[in-house]
Amino acid sequence: MNAPDHHPFVEDPGSPLPPLEGHVSLGRFERVLRAGQFAVTSEIAPPDSADAEEVYRRAALFDGAIDAINATDGSGANCHMSSVAVCALLSHIGYSPILQISCRDKNRIAIQGDVLGAAAMGVCNVLALTGDDVSAGDHPEAKPVFDLDSISLLSTIKTMRDESKFLSGRKLDMPPKIFAGSSINPFVPPVENRVDQLKKKIDAGAEFIQSQYCFDLTILKDMMARAVDAGLTERAFILPGVGTLASARTARWLRTNVPGVYIPDEIILRLEGAENQKREGQKICVELMQQVKEIDGVHGVHIMAYKQEEFVREMVAESGVLDDREAWAPEDTGAIA
Amino acid sequence: MYSLRRFATRHSRAFEAFYNFAEPVILPIMSGLSKLSGGRLDAPMTWVEKQAKGALFDCQMCGNCVLSSTGMTCPMNCPKTIRNGPCGGVRENGNCEVKPEMRCVWVEAWDGASRMRGGDKIHTVQFASDRSKRGTSAWLNILKQRELEAAGRVKSAPPRTQ
Ligand code: SF4
Repeated sequence: MNAPDHHPFVEDPGSPLPPLEGHVSLGRFERVLRAGQFAVTSEIAPPDSADAEEVYRRAALFDGAIDAINATDGSGANCHMSSVAVCALLSHIGYSPILQISCRDKNRIAIQGDVLGAAAMGVCNVLALTGDDVSAGDHPEAKPVFDLDSISLLSTIKTMRDESKFLSGRKLDMPPKIFAGSSINPFVPPVENRVDQLKKKIDAGAEFIQSQYCFDLTILKDMMARAVDAGLTERAFILPGVGTLASARTARWLRTNVPGVYIPDEIILRLEGAENQKREGQKICVELMQQVKEIDGVHGVHIMAYKQEEFVREMVAESGVLDDREAWAPEDTGAIA
Repeated sequence: MYSLRRFATRHSRAFEAFYNFAEPVILPIMSGLSKLSGGRLDAPMTWVEKQAKGALFDCQMCGNCVLSSTGMTCPMNCPKTIRNGPCGGVRENGNCEVKPEMRCVWVEAWDGASRMRGGDKIHTVQFASDRSKRGTSAWLNILKQRELEAAGRVKSAPPRTQ
């Protein structure tokens, strides 16, 4: 698609890519996946700052190593720069961000407005989340919204994109071309129904799925096998989540205090027995990435390296999951060696 | 009420059978009473529904009842009012991430659904509830909807993907 002459971003890396047959968005993330490549994503913690440069600094840490950057939306119910703003800034210079939308803070009116606004600013991917409760974060006095849940949000995006209308039925002049995704946690009860939940998300419109931290591959493999049997991995791209643990103490803290984080004892014992726990945590993450890549039906991996973002490049290189491929990066910043 | 609610889920099959038997009886009676009274009996009938469903299911009177699709467990008791749960934060013991002393409503729902004849309905994607119906009678709403459908005057329905 050629941008009109007066468009300020002609020839800019931030311009949308030309449309491709069978693609719902004009973004790079969907292309990598549909091309059958093993995709790598990670996430940026939006800053507690009004500084755009800080967003770019944080994104640059991943240059060359990842295909899309998730911008979390008030994760853990803590307040930070909005994910819409982070994604708009990143899209502007050509990155391929994934806009996380949590249903906790906005109702359907605000969310549909954000989807349109984000798409207008070049955002091509949305991750629909229900979100943590306000009681988990630093503003427990806030009013929780939860007008929609993640699945209703997926249906909403699908309605806007495919039927070119709001939930009210009012027509959109231009629909948002959004590649939609959601999350899944295979490790918490009811474990046997998690694949049913996955199916519901895909039925509602999820085209990609990023999972919660996977430290127990037996459970993940079991769920993936059932997903493959049910034909779900043909209908959506699945990117299991892996993470780095800074120490055994952090791991213990996470599993007791953060809802939905499941870390088996063996991992904690392995960290405890290591001389350099932080390094060991990264080694575990690298091994998990390699093992996840081998699982049938998996299309990529999502790395959660909170406060260890500067090691993501190294870990991706060490794991070799990108094979000989180098992920896109803006030209003026050094890509992965 | 909490213990009764859990009783209803554990006996979801019996409640389902009762409901399936009662619905064709209750709805026409309500419809008749509503019409005869010119709507004046709607409020007392709503009150009765609230007492009955409140006692058994901790019904929150969202006005868009989905009990038969959610293992006879009212999803409006989920602190995040999720209509397609559970969320990813369920505790290892099956309790709610937000209210640690309460069983996750959706762990109960999948369990209840597994015992119901029509339990498969839990696989259907539900859209978020219509908040303008809060506090109204779900039964009367069903009747109104059916009448509108029969008259071919259905307002653009919210997405129901499957
Ligand atoms: S744990 Fe269950 S009841 Fe609690 S918020 Fe999540 S889905 Fe709702």
